[in-house]
Amino acid sequence: MTPVSVDIRNVALSYGTTQVLKDITVSIKPGEFFALLGPSGSGKSTLLRLIAGFNQHSHGSVLVGGKDVTGTPPWKRNVGMVFQNYALWPHMTVEQNVAFGLEERKFPREKVRAKVAAALELVGLSELGKRRPGQLSGGQQQRVAIARTLAIEPQVLLLDEPLSNLDARLRVQTRQELVKLQKRLGITTIFVTHDQEEALTTCHRIAVMDQGVIQQVGSPMELFDHPVNRFVAQFVGSVNLFAGEFRRERGALRFISPKLGDVALPGALEPPAAGYDLAFRPHAVHFEVDGAVASGDAMHLGGAVEGAEFLGEFLRYEIRVGEALVTADVPHERGRAPLAAGTRVGLSVPASELRFVSA
Amino acid sequence: MNRTSPAVVAVALAIAAFLVAFLVIPVATVVYTAFSDGQGGFTLAHFSAFAGISLMRESFANSLYVAGMTVAFSTLIAVPLAYLTVRFQFRGAILIQTLGVLPLVMPAFVGASAMQLLFGRSGSVNLILKDAFGISLPLMEGLNGVIFVETLHYFPFILLNLSAALANIDSSMEESAQNLGSSGWRLFSRIVFPLALPGYVAGASLVFIKVFDDLGTPLVLNVTNMLAPQAFLRVTSIGIEDPIGYVICVILVVFSIAAMAGSWWFVKRRDYAVVSRGGAMAPRRRLTPWQTVLAYGWITLVLLLVLSPHLGILLLSFSKVWSFTVLPEQFTIAHYATVFEDSTRMIWNTFLYCGLAALFDVIIGTAIAYIVLRTALPGRHLLDHLVTVALAMPGVVLGIGYLRTFRGIELPFGGGALTASWLIFVLAYTVRRLPFALRSCMAALQQVHPSLEEAAENLGASRWRTIKRVVVPLMAGGILAGFVTSFITAAVEISETILLTSRESLAPMSYGIYLYMQSIAGRGPGAALGVIAVVLVAVGTYLSHRFVAANTPQNPTGGKP
Repeated sequence: MTPVSVDIRNVALSYGTTQVLKDITVSIKPGEFFALLGPSGSGKSTLLRLIAGFNQHSHGSVLVGGKDVTGTPPWKRNVGMVFQNYALWPHMTVEQNVAFGLEERKFPREKVRAKVAAALELVGLSELGKRRPGQLSGGQQQRVAIARTLAIEPQVLLLDEPLSNLDARLRVQTRQELVKLQKRLGITTIFVTHDQEEALTTCHRIAVMDQGVIQQVGSPMELFDHPVNRFVAQFVGSVNLFAGEFRRERGALRFISPKLGDVALPGALEPPAAGYDLAFRPHAVHFEVDGAVASGDAMHLGGAVEGAEFLGEFLRYEIRVGEALVTADVPHERGRAPLAAGTRVGLSVPASELRFVSA
Repeated sequence: MNRTSPAVVAVALAIAAFLVAFLVIPVATVVYTAFSDGQGGFTLAHFSAFAGISLMRESFANSLYVAGMTVAFSTLIAVPLAYLTVRFQFRGAILIQTLGVLPLVMPAFVGASAMQLLFGRSGSVNLILKDAFGISLPLMEGLNGVIFVETLHYFPFILLNLSAALANIDSSMEESAQNLGSSGWRLFSRIVFPLALPGYVAGASLVFIKVFDDLGTPLVLNVTNMLAPQAFLRVTSIGIEDPIGYVICVILVVFSIAAMAGSWWFVKRRDYAVVSRGGAMAPRRRLTPWQTVLAYGWITLVLLLVLSPHLGILLLSFSKVWSFTVLPEQFTIAHYATVFEDSTRMIWNTFLYCGLAALFDVIIGTAIAYIVLRTALPGRHLLDHLVTVALAMPGVVLGIGYLRTFRGIELPFGGGALTASWLIFVLAYTVRRLPFALRSCMAALQQVHPSLEEAAENLGASRWRTIKRVVVPLMAGGILAGFVTSFITAAVEISETILLTSRESLAPMSYGIYLYMQSIAGRGPGAALGVIAVVLVAVGTYLSHRFVAANTPQNPTGGKP
């Protein structure tokens, strides 16, 4: 089956007076592995269910393969969904579960059998066809759920938090298998998750959602390197964020922040309009060696160590600068003790790592 | 928790002794008598004698037929109602909930005579039909009448169980089927109903047992060619020695236990709970205008039918004459006067017997709940199982068992024969209603987290003081609900009551209703007494719901231990 596009156009949805989705517009390309990323309550699951036809939106339209499916009931959409809890029917065997959608489509018995076998083969569960869902492990149940959905050869594959019910080790392995499977089948896939790592590692593009609004759409690296606002910067990766005023004075750029104090920024930077924050990632913060000359293409801060968390690969320092706490990640070298609390340190952040994001 | 002390052992043994004496031995006596040749030997002669009597074969077939048809008709009524309430946005939900409780507050045998007047050959409905179309429906003829009355009384068992099962189905179970292309009837028959099947089977088997064992309704409708009435007639007319009565009892017991065990096995066999629980309930769908009309039509029809015995009995209790007319022509309150003049004794008896029985039930129930849930006493589950057995024991069987086992036993201090005293009612009611009280007490204790007791002990309270000051107060709502349930179900118990009533002065009001209804002239006062009983049960049911509701939020540490 040739991959199809999914277009969401100006979709809005309310439950009573609560607006769950506000004017959502996004286009998912044919064959794309696309993530809806956001905290709980952001509307990402609602949007996914809307594509499957379970929620009726009050406004806008949903197009699958260029065809408007608004008003088409779920059972006529041919949009396959894998549920967060897998939703395997306990009164049927694995084979019966997988055969269900094919039987509903009135396929001849022989064809059903062949397709069920192929689907179970695809997820590597050929031997477990006669078991009941209750006799399978969580990981196996999830594969059955995927096989059941793929068996009907849907136009689009929807995955609702597919990894959230698996333990940590299995999660990474399953994640990689999902990527391979999607690549092999080339099916347009929409993946809902609240876990940024899952989204960053699996998907071609990600839509970050918050409070019923898509905040930003982009590739994983675009989102990380060029977040458009405070929310995206904070939700994708860790970040230092400071509100303040940017002033250009005699060629020099100053940042007057209520918390950080009065800081000189690299003069080459273009100051943003009002309403922007200064943002930089913890890993972009470098400790200055004593006596190093402050260079003009970096921001320099002075502070004292407040505390440190040891995370294995690196140490995460909290440095008190003025009234603010700056997070700085420093790679760990074997045997090196962390700096004691109260130690005075100089920090520098290269100009290329400084971002202005709207609040 | 290990809390086995001599006191616990003593209490457990005392309860066990009580259950053996008043449940196990009477039932065993019945079974023994059915298989005994009178000289201590084993024989199947009584069974072949039973099979040789054509009336017995007919009664057996009739009982099966009536129970089966009642289940079928109850299913027809209950399944659409249950599906409607649980799955659709529907203003009638309150109506359906009312439908679920209304029939239960009116004992089937009470409503039966009113049904006769409304739906019988010359009842209101047929009079109207004959006038308008010249036809009449044999709704109340013979077995039809029993099926009709029992269906309207017992369908709530299926409705309640099935609704609960439907509400427990995770929404994703249905949505995934829709996602794979299923809808409408196929969705219901392939996914929804199979998933709710345990609930349905539990309800249906209960209906089957209740109808199969029922004595009061057939007797009031004057249908005697069924098993329970035959057992009653054999024992009362031929005598307590007649073996055929015991054969019938054994058949009743076997079917009851088989139906209960079957439903239990069925629910256990499928591991439904294993997969994906705790999700949201399915969002309620909107009804199309066409479906709305159909739904309200169905509910209205059922509601009218369900209300008919209530209305009928009310009309009857106020009617001076009601015969061959659609509605009574003259009204009077004389029947209530008659009842209060003649039957205060019976009302008092009901309060005495049922109050005592309910009290014993909650005491024993609380003790068993504590022993089962909070001690490590070996064999403690046996107590629980024994009580559950009482649930499957038909009242007829227990009644006959009591008469046979305790005949000739004299009460101390010149109290006369046990079987001729009022104590026998208290004992019989206590045993038969114990399962209800026990469920209530168990549920209440499960809501009390053990840490609450441990905290009390940690602060220096002894085990007995802990039970008294922490456990029982926290269980209070459940215990009260158990008391009320025991009381009201005992108040309208008829099978045992008919068997155990040796003279009228000892009779409780359920027997009074039955007795009045035997004669045309007694129908009015019988109906009046029935109204009083219904009001009693309705108030009790309401109170019991209140107790449970009031108790629930009081537990800060809810949940099962």
